[in-house]
Amino acid sequence: MTGYGFALALVGVVLLTIIQLLRTRRLREKYATAWIAVAFVVVVIGVFPDLLFALASLVGVQTPLNLLFALGGVVLLVVCIQFSVEITSLEAETRTLAEEVALLRHDVRRLQTGTDRAEPTAHADPSRAEGTDAGES
Amino acid sequence: MPSTSLERVLLVLPAWNEQDALPGVLDEIRETLPGVGVLVVNDCSSDRTSAIAHAAGVQVLDLPLNLGVGGAMRAGYHFARDHGYDVAVQLDADGQHDPAEVPLLLEALDAKGVDVVIGARFAGRGEYDVRGPRRWAMRLMSWVLSRITGASLTDATSGFKACGPRAIALYAVDYPAEYLGDTIESLVIGARAGLVVTQVGVRMRPRAGGNASHNPLKSLIFLVRAVVALVIALTRPKMSVHDRAVS
Repeated sequence: MTGYGFALALVGVVLLTIIQLLRTRRLREKYATAWIAVAFVVVVIGVFPDLLFALASLVGVQTPLNLLFALGGVVLLVVCIQFSVEITSLEAETRTLAEEVALLRHDVRRLQTGTDRAEPTAHADPSRAEGTDAGES
Repeated sequence: MPSTSLERVLLVLPAWNEQDALPGVLDEIRETLPGVGVLVVNDCSSDRTSAIAHAAGVQVLDLPLNLGVGGAMRAGYHFARDHGYDVAVQLDADGQHDPAEVPLLLEALDAKGVDVVIGARFAGRGEYDVRGPRRWAMRLMSWVLSRITGASLTDATSGFKACGPRAIALYAVDYPAEYLGDTIESLVIGARAGLVVTQVGVRMRPRAGGNASHNPLKSLIFLVRAVVALVIALTRPKMSVHDRAVS
């Protein structure tokens, strides 16, 4: 078995895993695209290894293998950055939800106790009805 | 006395594990500012902070996650906006800020067109003492933020702040939760959205528990993080108060 055959087999396994994850909805398509693209590139290079040699001499890299490693590093970096971005937006969403939960809990407590003793403002100004508390976003 | 009725003013107290200091602060508020709205934002404390605040009969927001001061304050501004308060004052639950100084802030806020008033420590009153790199960092921040806001600020990192309706509307949707975001970046956001910032000198008390770090290495880290926070804040896309404000 040649090294290329091994690479192709590996890619096959990776692709099947990704497709299975997509089918069972444990992976969203926006994250799968990058991995499928990587797998596609590996397949192409595995089938036509000469492409890698041509590309290496084109960009001036002495050892084709180094080009492959470098590209692999870049791909991982990009994916990591994408994850960082996603985590940041998840945190922002979590924060908004936490805030909303706290505000709702406050309202629930007020409704349960049926008192407005801690709410002088709501009554001080009749133009601001109680109902305006909830609907805004 | 300022013309804003105290009933239209909400004191927001971000509190994280402040069961020891909180009762004293709440008592003091009751004595010095009768009728004022009080909101304790319990930042997921593991102690009795929430129970104490509920027992005191003030309004309480119990955050289900620890969000930090910035997160707690945005929840507070959100509350202030939804409940129609005209002014929101940030007051530390550790007793560092004296409630008796709040009327000074409100007075300054009454001036025409002022949106944010900072209670400043180094403005001639009180004897708040910070030395070394930390002080330089605070000075540098104040100098830069004075340029940005167009006001003469001596203590930009103070958490003692009063916000008018326009500032509340802005901060209810855009108040950073990052480290130093609640002081430095929030002022940048405000200034760039067209809010008018000013300051008054206040007396600050030593914190009830713990002390500001005077470790040089920590101070240096503080300086670096402050500069990073500032640079990032300055390069963020602008946000207008009119874009997001809820009238």
